[in-house]
Amino acid sequence: MSETLERPDLKVVGTRPIRPDGADKVTGRAAYGADYNMPGQLVGKVLRSPHAHARIVAIDTRKARAIPGVKAVITGADLPEVASALHQGGEAASNMRDLAMNVMARDKALYEGHAVAAVAAISAAKADEALAAIEVTYEILPHVIEVEDAMRPDAPVLHPHVFTEGLEAKPDKASNIVKRSGFNRGDVAEGFASADVVVEGRYTTQPVHQGYIEPHATVASWGADGQCVVWASSQGQFMVQTYCAKVLGLENSNIRVIPAEIGGGFGGKTTVYLEPLALALSRAGGAPVKMVMTRDEVFRATGPTSGSVMYVKLGAKSDGTIVAADIELKFQAGAYAGSPVAQGCMTALACYDVANFTITGWDVVTNTPKVAAYRAPGAPIAAFAVESAVDELARKLNIDPIAIREKNAVVSGGKAPYGPTYQNIGYVETLAALKASDHYKIPLGPNQGRGMAVGFWFNIGGLSTGAIHVQEDGSVVVATSNPDIGGSRASMAMMAAETLGVPVEKVRPVIPDTASIGFSMLTGGSRTTYATGMAVVQAAERVVADLKRRAAALWDTAVENVEWKDGVATCLDAAKPDARPLPLARLAATAGRTGGPISAEASINAQGAGPGFGAHLCDVEVDPETGQVTVLRYTAAQDVGRAIHPSYVEGQVQGGAAQGVGWALNEEYVFDRDGRMENPGFLDYRVPVASDLPMIDAILVEVPNPRHPYGVKGVGEVPIVPPLAAVANAVRGATGVRIPDLPLSPPRIMAAMEKAQG
Amino acid sequence: MAHVTLNAECAAFTGGATEFDIAADSVGRLVTELDRRFPGLGEFVEQRMSVAIDGEIHQDAWISPIGPDSDVYLIPRIGGG
Amino acid sequence: MSKRHVTTVVNGDQAEFLADPAMTLLDALRDELNLTGTKEGCGSGDCGACTVILDGRIVCSCLVLAAEAEGKRVETIEGLAHEGLHPLQQKFLEHAALQCGFCTPGLLMASKALLDANPDPTETEARYWLAGNLCRCTGYDKIIRAVLDAAAELRQARAA
Repeated sequence: MSETLERPDLKVVGTRPIRPDGADKVTGRAAYGADYNMPGQLVGKVLRSPHAHARIVAIDTRKARAIPGVKAVITGADLPEVASALHQGGEAASNMRDLAMNVMARDKALYEGHAVAAVAAISAAKADEALAAIEVTYEILPHVIEVEDAMRPDAPVLHPHVFTEGLEAKPDKASNIVKRSGFNRGDVAEGFASADVVVEGRYTTQPVHQGYIEPHATVASWGADGQCVVWASSQGQFMVQTYCAKVLGLENSNIRVIPAEIGGGFGGKTTVYLEPLALALSRAGGAPVKMVMTRDEVFRATGPTSGSVMYVKLGAKSDGTIVAADIELKFQAGAYAGSPVAQGCMTALACYDVANFTITGWDVVTNTPKVAAYRAPGAPIAAFAVESAVDELARKLNIDPIAIREKNAVVSGGKAPYGPTYQNIGYVETLAALKASDHYKIPLGPNQGRGMAVGFWFNIGGLSTGAIHVQEDGSVVVATSNPDIGGSRASMAMMAAETLGVPVEKVRPVIPDTASIGFSMLTGGSRTTYATGMAVVQAAERVVADLKRRAAALWDTAVENVEWKDGVATCLDAAKPDARPLPLARLAATAGRTGGPISAEASINAQGAGPGFGAHLCDVEVDPETGQVTVLRYTAAQDVGRAIHPSYVEGQVQGGAAQGVGWALNEEYVFDRDGRMENPGFLDYRVPVASDLPMIDAILVEVPNPRHPYGVKGVGEVPIVPPLAAVANAVRGATGVRIPDLPLSPPRIMAAMEKAQG
Repeated sequence: MAHVTLNAECAAFTGGATEFDIAADSVGRLVTELDRRFPGLGEFVEQRMSVAIDGEIHQDAWISPIGPDSDVYLIPRIGGG
Repeated sequence: MSKRHVTTVVNGDQAEFLADPAMTLLDALRDELNLTGTKEGCGSGDCGACTVILDGRIVCSCLVLAAEAEGKRVETIEGLAHEGLHPLQQKFLEHAALQCGFCTPGLLMASKALLDANPDPTETEARYWLAGNLCRCTGYDKIIRAVLDAAAELRQARAA
């Protein structure tokens, strides 16, 4: 499966040890968000708006407060006013006022499920009773869901203070269009004029949820002295700390956040929903408060990713060279500004070297939950449209779909559409891997089709801390501040072991709370193995330097005469023939003599993260009587830099591909005419199950990133970018009909096939 | 002189111009100079932009060095999931 | 309504608790018996994270009333390992068949029930049996490989 680059000197990196947290996870001992309890805790619950858009005229909580056993009832009025300011709590800047208002509504409910009040009581039953006793007076307002509806001049306006940014002239009327962004190159008019063939299409996608199986959960305690402890499953304990501080007006150091194991995130847990409410309830109720979302709440009240409308026009020469592209992306942001449309714009043509393009993006608010990040935010959506259009182009020109991408491929030294020059990229290698695969040669039968598509993600570095603590007996603890959402703990231990020259079983990774380790940005953006790994390696290198110094001191020789290899210090000084080698255990035992405990912590801002590219191949069979799509075969090739633990890298590729298949075939939010979600459960929000998928062949291509000590590139997000179009192109092949709207559920396919025949 | 390209959002501050040659040996100095020429652009860049220096993306890049012939791009900050 | 006193056998040991009439077996296991290995993913029987084995049959414990466990045998993830990991648990680790691990307890219990009923399943049979257990992280590839590998090992051990 992997084409591992030759590095015979690596002993641990590239192997497949059992993950260090594995035993607890297969025996049910690992503690996730809802598995924790604090003595005397209350049960917290949230009252949510039943309306998609409404003014909150009044909230009467007197009856609720009077119920015995109900210890706290809060509304937006009990939370501080938060200034509108950007803050880097996650990765991109978030507006803190929007975050606070999303956590609990103030004067308006902006989506069905928007929190309007919360209670804490001595039991779940009492909490339910309290919720039922809260009287909210709403003035229902017209709502808007679809992005093009929200852009119309007569659309109901969510925010009176939103005036579209990025236009030539600032508009004088508030609207739902927050911002226009864009990228241009060359001269599109000239480009299209020179084209031999032009394809044009309108594409749509629906909001889809990250679909983590673990609902949000937290236990929070506001101490009598204002010191807070929060147990939460999230993608970043420091993010939780900062967001709670901002929403509640606290100092960060007064909030200690303990990271629980996390049951899936995919970007959806890079923000807070319950934690500030649990703290506020704990303060009011005088006891810790535990809050766990129901699945219904997860769907109605946490952020999916954007639904979209997209227009793509491509022009090419008859030899397949793409000479012009005109792309317009319209993304739903949900109730507050901030869809990933700018990233959609930047990634839309990232795999292509096109001389002339104009790409425009619109960020539009709608009466739906505020969108949250979902694995490569914005990129899969844009790629669906562009990769479908490129497929149309290939068909029109009668060129093989892989060949047309090779013809227009970006290479190292070429420019990304958003400006900078690509370095050390492995894109064309992924195309070559697909061409060379057995999958590509398998003949197709009736009603079957084959589709391929490519994808890109930036990957980021960022702020990370790694610490190495050598224990008294020479075993090692490596501490990092990043929650493990996919196996990164194993990679941290492996990189530390490799650098220290010890077996990986001697290195124990831990993920401490915010008070016990230096800061880290959250786990996301495909950054953890890269940036936190870099911090771990730097800390380990400092330990190695320290160990050499200590050995030199014990031998009374110069430090240049010390060699550190395979966990042992050897003396190279010819004048000291009796100097015996010193293993790590010995140096640990004598640490006091040579200066004190052996420890190092590295806090860095890791720059130089390299982008990832993927190419996917998918075969489907479509039942002409029902429109049911069966995925027969799936191959995903990806440039991963270097796979520290190949099994977990393969796992990221397979998992991202599976999510993309679900996005392509079945997943969507269905809203009724009142703007209420009709399918807030796993029965009708249909994610892929085991019988929906074949084995997924993950081909790991390694073109190392020289900026990372082991050549790592981020891998987690790229694999969800190609599948939407890979599946759609396969369906096109199987049915003969291009369906530009996702999901390709059976009714949609039947309607398209019937229309084509009729 | 580093060759600096701004994206369309920044152009709102510069009256449309997007390419400049600026003498600056660090991102911090570059941002300070941009703010001197176009007041408000500095804070905008710090809050909303990443910097690509000779192809490498830097976030929160104040101390990152810029070479004498570097190619510098300001692009929207990237957030993952 | 007053609570019911329920006596049951969990993982081979007698267990008793007081159950609200509306309390689910899932809540009883987690909140009354402190066996938090079984997870709630949806509360409506659609995700399988709460899978346990009740008198030899796999069930979604969120759809079983706690009172229904009276006099019955319940097997949960906490009881799967006996003097060392069960081959299924070991194979899950070797094949990297878990990423976040949240669906893993339910999947392991469902897989155990599969192999008890059918010691030599095909890939298709395994996939359809496990279709009630959602996994969002892995795409199921390594899970199925682990289950089939564990099946082979168990058949070999029985033959020996």
